[in-house]
Amino acid sequence: MPSDLVIRLRQNFPFVTALVLFCAIFALYQVEHPRGFSSAVLVQNGDEVFALAMVAMAQTVPVLAAGLDLSVGALMTMVGCCASYLLSGAPEGTPLAVELAGLHLNLGTLPGGIIGIVLGMIICLAVGTLAGLFNGVIVVYGRIQPIIATLATGAIYIGIALFLRPQPGGKIDDDLNWALTNALSDFASTVHIFDDGAAPWFAPFAWIPTSFVLLALIALLVWVPFRRSITGRTVYAIGSAEGAAYMSGLNINRAKIAAFTLGGFFAACGGLFLAIQTSSGNADLPQAGTYTLNSIAAVVIGGTSLLGGTGGAIGSIFGALILRVISFFFRIYDIAPLLQPLFEGIILLAAVSIGALRVLRVKNTLELFR
Amino acid sequence: MTAATAADFLVLSGISKRYGGVRALENVDFSCRRGTIHAVVGENGAGKSTLIKIIAGVVAPDAGELRFDGALRHFTNPAAAAAAGIVCIFQELSLMPDLSVADNVSITSPPRRFGMIDTRAQRRRAEALLAEVGCEDVNPLLRVRDLPLSRRQMVEIAKALGQKPRLLILDEATSALTRADVEKVYALLARLKTENVAILYITHRMHEVEALADRASVFRNGRHIETFDKGARSTGEIVQLMIGRDIAAQYPPKPIRPRPAPALKIENLGWEPRLEGISLEVGASEIVGLGGLDGQGQKSLLLSLFGVLRGVTGRVTVNGRAVRPRSPGQAKTRAIGIALVPEDRKTEGLMLPMSIADNLAIASLPTLSSGPFVDRGKEQRAVDAALARLQIRIGAKSDAVSTLSGGNQQKVVIAKWLMTEPRIILLNDPTRGIDVGTKQELYRLMRELADHGAAILFYSTDYDELIGCCDRVAIMYDGRIVRELAGAELNETNIIASALNIEAGANAHGGAEATGAAHA
Repeated sequence: MPSDLVIRLRQNFPFVTALVLFCAIFALYQVEHPRGFSSAVLVQNGDEVFALAMVAMAQTVPVLAAGLDLSVGALMTMVGCCASYLLSGAPEGTPLAVELAGLHLNLGTLPGGIIGIVLGMIICLAVGTLAGLFNGVIVVYGRIQPIIATLATGAIYIGIALFLRPQPGGKIDDDLNWALTNALSDFASTVHIFDDGAAPWFAPFAWIPTSFVLLALIALLVWVPFRRSITGRTVYAIGSAEGAAYMSGLNINRAKIAAFTLGGFFAACGGLFLAIQTSSGNADLPQAGTYTLNSIAAVVIGGTSLLGGTGGAIGSIFGALILRVISFFFRIYDIAPLLQPLFEGIILLAAVSIGALRVLRVKNTLELFR
Repeated sequence: MTAATAADFLVLSGISKRYGGVRALENVDFSCRRGTIHAVVGENGAGKSTLIKIIAGVVAPDAGELRFDGALRHFTNPAAAAAAGIVCIFQELSLMPDLSVADNVSITSPPRRFGMIDTRAQRRRAEALLAEVGCEDVNPLLRVRDLPLSRRQMVEIAKALGQKPRLLILDEATSALTRADVEKVYALLARLKTENVAILYITHRMHEVEALADRASVFRNGRHIETFDKGARSTGEIVQLMIGRDIAAQYPPKPIRPRPAPALKIENLGWEPRLEGISLEVGASEIVGLGGLDGQGQKSLLLSLFGVLRGVTGRVTVNGRAVRPRSPGQAKTRAIGIALVPEDRKTEGLMLPMSIADNLAIASLPTLSSGPFVDRGKEQRAVDAALARLQIRIGAKSDAVSTLSGGNQQKVVIAKWLMTEPRIILLNDPTRGIDVGTKQELYRLMRELADHGAAILFYSTDYDELIGCCDRVAIMYDGRIVRELAGAELNETNIIASALNIEAGANAHGGAEATGAAHA
């Protein structure tokens, strides 16, 4: 009988493949990069991957329940546009007013300074989470297939984003931008902790990009507890065999709504970071679509089955990393931008094919269609 | 019929349920007691499954009431019934294949720590429950998908046990088990009985009733016929109650003649690890039955002949020509001429949302086309001919096939394959879940097809049907053909004895005792 370790490795084969693939190509990239293995390069990598990693995590949760969320990119964009108003950090505060069809709605004033910024971030995350909840409610109570329901809600979210930011613009507090998009030492010196980052014990960690730490924190504090909750377990059960899950007396509706809501939260984290990183809000329609499609690719590369039931959000983070590292190579090898989609497509096809190898082992061909 | 008494734990009164035009249960009164193993027997379609679905809250009855532990209850979903202590082990597995054994066993109420599932405690719990059902060899980390069917069934039982049932319902729970596992389940049920659990045991195997039950109820055609205590009825009487009619009358007469030359010849066919050394001949204009307990390889044999399985060894000849179809598409070609009426008509037999006409024509499109296009006129004529031939009662040909009753749907599946003009017809339990009238039409049709020269290989879980329809019956056990029965030898006693792979001549009762003794 195989040991527990062997069983775990075999069951997580797609995830382990993604992990190994990432380590290999990331090491190669750092070796090839003229300033490889430096904190500055890692910071740049982290900032570029964060939003996609969050959107990929957002996509993972509905996919595990055998759904697909086509609104994640739009939701991220909408939250980014909200952030470009709420995180300006103006000392006198930010007035919250909306002009809608001749109506002037005054929603009060967001306080200035650090309190305003924290409050603004909470509002942004709440907006995204609510949008996810909306997706879930429509799928469950409207009894509409996730793919078409989220196609529609995604259009709504992009519409709201365009309403908020017809042109790119807005402003993000400079300190906030500096603190979150650099190394931990910069974070510490900006928020004045650990002797402004000069504490001797802090030195070994100072080089780590803040974005990586944030990613790890969200994965550990949000995803891991969710996966180990009854609702999380139910999400996996639905993707594996919805009928059996129902017959086992599980609360299917609650789990589906939770899956989309958590997806909304993750996508909101991505939108928030993207706005902070770019210091602006931009209702960029093609970008939203690209993020949605890349999130699906990242989910599959990360070892989650589109049929649901197996995989996880950690794998999707590595899926996103792999996708991004591939595009980093284009920069160091100076591949013409117009050729990049071609290469991306070929590499994606190759990566996904690894998962299709099991077909060769099936002895009852009828099982291929189940 | 026993009147409800104070000792009755579960009491159903006046329960009726219809599915479309089919009557599944009709005014059923039924009760069972604590600390008792209560067998429920009946033919396929007798209403047993509907009965337990109503008790377990899966379907709501059209009429009648359910009392459990003295209180009137309306279970609207399985969770509500489970909360009351009614736990059901269904025939269709209720396990999630992608989750681990430990996850599955504790799926309804996993042990928690700080609000999160405690995976270590969950694993210990799974190990303890698996040990209770005698499956210590299953690693709880394994995914259910990677377990063989018999182990999955034991996991299912462990899962049910973990829910602390007060009323445990087993629906054909031993059908997929090995003999050693069956003994473990029997011992477990005996123990639960002493713990005052009420046990409902659905089965169609007489020897299980003899070996296990304290009481038994017979269902037939959606009605509760009789309930009696152990020993009050002989096996023969129970069978008579289940059938409730003259057996011989409903089957078309078998021709008496010398055995015809083989049209389909199977030599030493194997498919690791399910089939081994199978040799069988089916003559033109002959109906050969496949019998035995469920899951002894009968379905795999049919699939292997139809080109669905990879890695099949041995030799198959059709009319003297060696054939080896690599897909159903090749098997159905004129050169080979094999048709298979599959096990599950809803997923493998029909495209439910497509029209009746489209479904009928779908397998014979190559012959109904000119060039790349379907010849509409030809198609219409062929479809009309098929409808007339099987007397399928429909509204319009353009209606979705899902609007038909189960019996008519099955007729569409059969008609669809007859349109390919097959020489060899493989039937995988074609009368499952269809009404008695349509069954008889199918029996007549099978004989008629045989008379016109088709070779028919017919798998059925209904022994009676095998006896009535088939010229010969091959009994399978553990992936092999253990016996061929024909003529006067073809009777229920011999079929059951061969199905259990025990000495012929021993009756069903003795057979069950022998099984018990082997593991005592």
